[in-house]
Amino acid sequence: MSALEFDAVSVSYSKRRVVDSFSDRVESGEWLGIIGPNGAGKSSLLRAAAGLVGFEGEVRVGGAALSPMAAATRARQVAYVAQDPLIPDDMSVFDYVLLGRTPYVGYFGTESVDDRTAVVQVLDRLRLGDFATRMLGSMSGGERQRAVLARALAQEAPVLLLDEPTSALDIGHQQQALELVTELRQHSGLTVVSAMHDLTLAGTYTDRLVLLDEGAVSASGSAADVLTAERLGEVFHVCVTVDVDPADGAVIVVPRRGFPV
Amino acid sequence: MAVASVGGEVAGVDSARPIALAAVRRGNLRWYLGAGAVLLVSIVIGASIGPAGPASWRVPLALIDHLPLISVDSGVTTAEWNIVWRIRMPRVILAALVGGMLSVAGASYQGVFRNPLVDPYLLGAAAGAGLGATIALTVGRGVTASWPVDPVVAAAFLASIVTVAVTYVVGASFSGSGGGARSGVTLVLAGVAVVSFVTAVQTFILQRNQDVVREVFQWILGRLSGATWADVRLIVPYVTLSAVVLMLHRRHLDVFRVGDEEAASLGVSVGRTRLVIVVAATLGTAAVVSVSGLIGFVGLIVPHAIRLMAGAGHRRLIPLSMLLGATFLILADVPGRMLSSPAETPIGVVTAFIGAPFFIFLLRTRRMT
Repeated sequence: MSALEFDAVSVSYSKRRVVDSFSDRVESGEWLGIIGPNGAGKSSLLRAAAGLVGFEGEVRVGGAALSPMAAATRARQVAYVAQDPLIPDDMSVFDYVLLGRTPYVGYFGTESVDDRTAVVQVLDRLRLGDFATRMLGSMSGGERQRAVLARALAQEAPVLLLDEPTSALDIGHQQQALELVTELRQHSGLTVVSAMHDLTLAGTYTDRLVLLDEGAVSASGSAADVLTAERLGEVFHVCVTVDVDPADGAVIVVPRRGFPV
Repeated sequence: MAVASVGGEVAGVDSARPIALAAVRRGNLRWYLGAGAVLLVSIVIGASIGPAGPASWRVPLALIDHLPLISVDSGVTTAEWNIVWRIRMPRVILAALVGGMLSVAGASYQGVFRNPLVDPYLLGAAAGAGLGATIALTVGRGVTASWPVDPVVAAAFLASIVTVAVTYVVGASFSGSGGGARSGVTLVLAGVAVVSFVTAVQTFILQRNQDVVREVFQWILGRLSGATWADVRLIVPYVTLSAVVLMLHRRHLDVFRVGDEEAASLGVSVGRTRLVIVVAATLGTAAVVSVSGLIGFVGLIVPHAIRLMAGAGHRRLIPLSMLLGATFLILADVPGRMLSSPAETPIGVVTAFIGAPFFIFLLRTRRMT
């Protein structure tokens, strides 16, 4: 049984269809990268899986359909990190990560000792233990990104959805964030689906890529299969060369001057 | 791998630094006890000061004397005690209820809309109450003198609630099927539109009935004078209900701080929870506004002052808003009684007089630290 299954998922915004009948199976512990031009439907697909937009079709986690689930039940199955999350400056890191325990707290309840312990563990795992009482506003971009990941991890959901997890980071922090996701995935068997803009990073870090174009799958498979100069030229209207690192087989996408033919 | 090597330096999960929950609770308790003590003192001060009545220093003794099982010779006559208990005390308690309610409603509105400029009157609670009062006063006291309920209060209360309901329906119907992220902003904008409309209607009525302009104007300025225990009894149920509901949603208000969408992804039913909080805050606001008129500034400034002093987390902010909002209005009411007696300075003027400089002081000191 696959960890996450998209079954003919379609998303429409007032009649305009942005994701058209998307189907895929993501295995447990797999990292699926979703790439595609702006407006291709990457975010909408993730938002559908997170229950933030209505959709046709079905999304299943461990075989269980998400759409009939109560919001809190769903949040225990799927954790979602928005592209540009709203981070309150005057909230402590601990309190922020504690929000990740929301799906486990009853409506009128309050976080238990177990919830707090879970947060402490997540903070330590993400090397944020020393920051627990710091205010989010006083932290660097990279540290904040770790705090956001920590909040998602505190949900203890088997599936983690990341919308452009590195778009606001410099190259060093991009790499650190993606290494962290890799580490967490290996550590806890997390299934990850991420929308990504940087094609080289997407190819390097994910197990498999899906290339979306105007809501439909244009290509799917390994980085070497999907990231070809011809296909990228077609979908992104870009002029690139694609190299393969002979040492490890990593696919490197290099933009070139000029317009694609 | 850089990340892995950094990881090696960190102690394992077992040695996790415990986030001292007990310390957090102790910190909260200190704030609540402190705020409770300040409120108690302000109640005694409020009851001790005023034109006529016993010497101020005797009033605390008289209050102690009236506690069960304690007997103190306060030297306050029965007639003087009646002034304290029948005239000053209802006014003090009403001020506490109004101040606490407006502050906690303001804090909740600001939290649920993530907008620091929002006050409890945002969705039309005040404008509606103003229109209701205007209509009642225009119809005339003569017609309604024999009614069991003061028609101005009843009309203000009803119009206040109806206005907020209209705002909510208008806002919700334009925020689209998705609800979610946009509905908060749409609701605020709907509030602006509805308030303008209601205010225009009120102005129109006033322009046609100039004989009640003065009365309406006085009502709008807000007052606590002439408060009776009946006024207190009238609003206690609404204020209590509202306060209890808002207290129970403190945690939800903290979740709202990360945005509607993130809150939804954390399993919160954003639209429903927001509705519950707005209804509760509006009910309490409508009740206090209909009795005390429009006392501005409290719902905006008190929660912000508390945020600057005690942090922005709602778990502490909501209860402290109640306690310190009550304290603020009791104390703000004291100079109003003294300043230009016998003609009183409207309480709304005093709250702004005291509140604005205090708030600027807080902003300034906070900047510097």
